[in-house]
Amino acid sequence: MQRHFVLRVTTKLLMPFILLFALYVQFHGDFGPGGGFQAGVIFGAGFILYALVYGIESARRVAPAGALRVLISAGLLLYIGVGYAGLALGASFLDYNVLSAPAPKGQHLGIFLVELGVGVTVAATMVTVFFNFAGRGRD
Amino acid sequence: MLLSFLAVIAIGILRLRNLFAVVMLSGIYSLLSAGLFVALDAVDVAFTEAAVGGGIATFLMLGTLALTTDREKLPEGRLQIIPLLIVVATGALLIYGTLDMPGYGDPTAPIHQHVAPRYLADAERETSVPNVVTAILASYRSFDTMGELAVIFTAGIGVMLLLGGARKRRGGPSGGPSGGPSGGPSGDASE
Repeated sequence: MQRHFVLRVTTKLLMPFILLFALYVQFHGDFGPGGGFQAGVIFGAGFILYALVYGIESARRVAPAGALRVLISAGLLLYIGVGYAGLALGASFLDYNVLSAPAPKGQHLGIFLVELGVGVTVAATMVTVFFNFAGRGRD
Repeated sequence: MLLSFLAVIAIGILRLRNLFAVVMLSGIYSLLSAGLFVALDAVDVAFTEAAVGGGIATFLMLGTLALTTDREKLPEGRLQIIPLLIVVATGALLIYGTLDMPGYGDPTAPIHQHVAPRYLADAERETSVPNVVTAILASYRSFDTMGELAVIFTAGIGVMLLLGGARKRRGGPSGGPSGGPSGGPSGDASE
């Protein structure tokens, strides 16, 4: 893909918008369609596009395998951590109402954190799976 | 209209022997299904279908083609009668199963009588999240979503363990499989 000038320039132009759109889907999921899963997939797709056009190695420099491994676990741990936070504050597992004072506010915070966990894990998993598949012939 | 497009594409996928074209067609198939979901007012599902089916799945299939080959092996010439019978019987059973389903959009259907009215009436007040789908997924059905996330996590760890071996040999420090290694292969299967 070294010589595909149009592809390279277009990818570079599109990248920030793809990632920004992913973040929009992530944080606007409470109001419009979307949520953590879709946002994670879009974020991962952005990285995959970059890897397709600029090569796996340059994408790996942005998202090293160690960081991805940490992120995959961190998302799930954030989700479970929110559950245990409810438990620690004297309610049942994954009860968001105790997280913040007036009744629906805790729900909002809980949903926000949980969706963030979903998004992080999904994005990291998608990129990891792609890197492992695509890098296999080369190693 | 969309359904007939889907049927045409499915037949095309069956007929073509060039797997690259088949992968592209299945991506288009996913995109059309996403349009179908939009027509059914299920925008969240459509979003997921477009992103996963049209995006990631196509990428992964292309990656697989790059590792293997893009020509399908021709099947043996003669018609195989038992598989055909099984397929026809299964299809007939499935169609028979849909016969006593309630009509599309029927407000008296059981699925609209159970918990759906309560969610629609109270979700925004109870969770302060206007998108009911998000409220159900992340709050009322939070436990299920956690399980789904664990499945994705397991799939990622499984792929790392199964395919990441070559890199580990070069990289040196074998920090050990950090997830549940026993769940790895089964995580792949459930995806």
